[in-house]
Amino acid sequence: MDQQTLNVFIAVGLFLALASLVGQILKWKKGATPVIENLNARINAWWVMVAILGVAFFFGKTGVLVLFYLLSFFALREFITLTQTRMGDYPALVAAFYCVLPFQYFLVYIEWYGLFSIFIPVYVFLLMPFLASIGGDTTRFLERTAKVQWGLMICVFSISHVPALLTLNIAGYEGRNLLLIAFLVLVVQSSDVLQYIWGKLFGKTKVAPNLSPSKTLEGLIGGVASATLLGGALFWMTPFSFLQALGFAFVICLMGFIGGLVMSAIKRDRGVKDWGHMIEGHGGMLDRLDSVCFAAPVFFHLVRFNFT
Amino acid sequence: MSRVSDYSWRGAFVARLIIGFAAAVTGARALWVGCAPDPKPRVYFANHNSHGDFVLLWSSLPSHMRGSTRPVAGADYWGKGGVRSFLINKVFRGVLIARSPTAEDPNPIEQMGAVLEGGESLILFPEGTRNLEDGLLPFKSGLFHLATRCPDVELVPVWIDNLKRVMPKGRTLPLPLLCTLTFGTPLKLLEGEAKADFLSRSREALLALTPEEA
Repeated sequence: MDQQTLNVFIAVGLFLALASLVGQILKWKKGATPVIENLNARINAWWVMVAILGVAFFFGKTGVLVLFYLLSFFALREFITLTQTRMGDYPALVAAFYCVLPFQYFLVYIEWYGLFSIFIPVYVFLLMPFLASIGGDTTRFLERTAKVQWGLMICVFSISHVPALLTLNIAGYEGRNLLLIAFLVLVVQSSDVLQYIWGKLFGKTKVAPNLSPSKTLEGLIGGVASATLLGGALFWMTPFSFLQALGFAFVICLMGFIGGLVMSAIKRDRGVKDWGHMIEGHGGMLDRLDSVCFAAPVFFHLVRFNFT
Repeated sequence: MSRVSDYSWRGAFVARLIIGFAAAVTGARALWVGCAPDPKPRVYFANHNSHGDFVLLWSSLPSHMRGSTRPVAGADYWGKGGVRSFLINKVFRGVLIARSPTAEDPNPIEQMGAVLEGGESLILFPEGTRNLEDGLLPFKSGLFHLATRCPDVELVPVWIDNLKRVMPKGRTLPLPLLCTLTFGTPLKLLEGEAKADFLSRSREALLALTPEEA
């Protein structure tokens, strides 16, 4: 880990310390209301998540790959648990967990971009329905294969684009690609957090009451604007100019918002509030990663197209 | 009977491995909805879809209850010696009963009653056999006879959700999907309650714990 990466972590640590302080003051002044308790649980979980990310960064490419492999695994497990499949899907699900997931990350590891970017959308897409048909169960066949493919696209394909940022060769930026991941994660997660804060402080108009009752127009505008500015201010850790960083951050925030909405729609359809229970105060792994899933591939390809 | 001596270190080690494996594969979450995890003598009765059922239920118990909670298992399958015998005797400390007892076999209800009187709890699958469909089979009468034998013991329904998807019938490799165990409100045999009434009441109590489908 170089000095700049370390500085980023120190800055995030200071910010979290401030957040913890505010959380404790709120609890002391207003008492332990459910909202404040949830806020403090979220902040505590952030400490753990930042620490885990720090350990992964310390081990460089291998550490980041192992971390995101595990995140993909936990996300896929939540996704498949929540979507109904039948006995006949067993071969397809075994392939998804034990073959597709490891192989996709192996492709990132050996930096084979050509296959990494089409393996799941092309080969898996064509082979999975075959595996699902072996058992001869045709009940809701299209729906079932679509679910497994969707889970793999979101949880494995999309998330693997975060560590894939390490494989980009950007002139004049050699050896610093970890900071590109830090930029993406900081912008996308601060956009979520800032939307939450703006929404809690000024939120009145609901954006999508049927999908996500907590999302408000005020939160959306305030959150996206401030996270975009933050992204611009972080241009020094990227290969981008200030304006370029601003533009990338804006796209990341928008994709993150879209991801949050789409993943909420799936949750509502299944009648649950959270994807899982892994992260105290946040819900499941996918509740934290929904925006990353949608932002990562777009960010990856925009950078790859424009800077390599 | 001393718990420490027949809970050998090898058994304890294998138990830890199994608990760790079950937790890693299924992410098992125990929800104590209807009662608290007290170590008092109880009968935990659950739906039976997979060979892994009692392992999952047993490993999801808090550690202070695991040592005194014993699965009831069929002697015909588990009493064959070798690894099975080690697992059921040294690791799970199961209570082996004869499925269709003859005159020479010990009375299963007496065996289970003695364990409860000794201050320990039981894990029981009142369907009597693995159910490979959705829902719940009619209960066998064992639960009623046990409740008659020990009327003061709490009977706790436990719904095991999703394990059927983790380990489908006839498959060896488990899928790493999330499982939930819901512990419901304890029930007891009512004064003068008929067998059929009691069995359907306890079955309904267990069915009431199934997660609602959208």
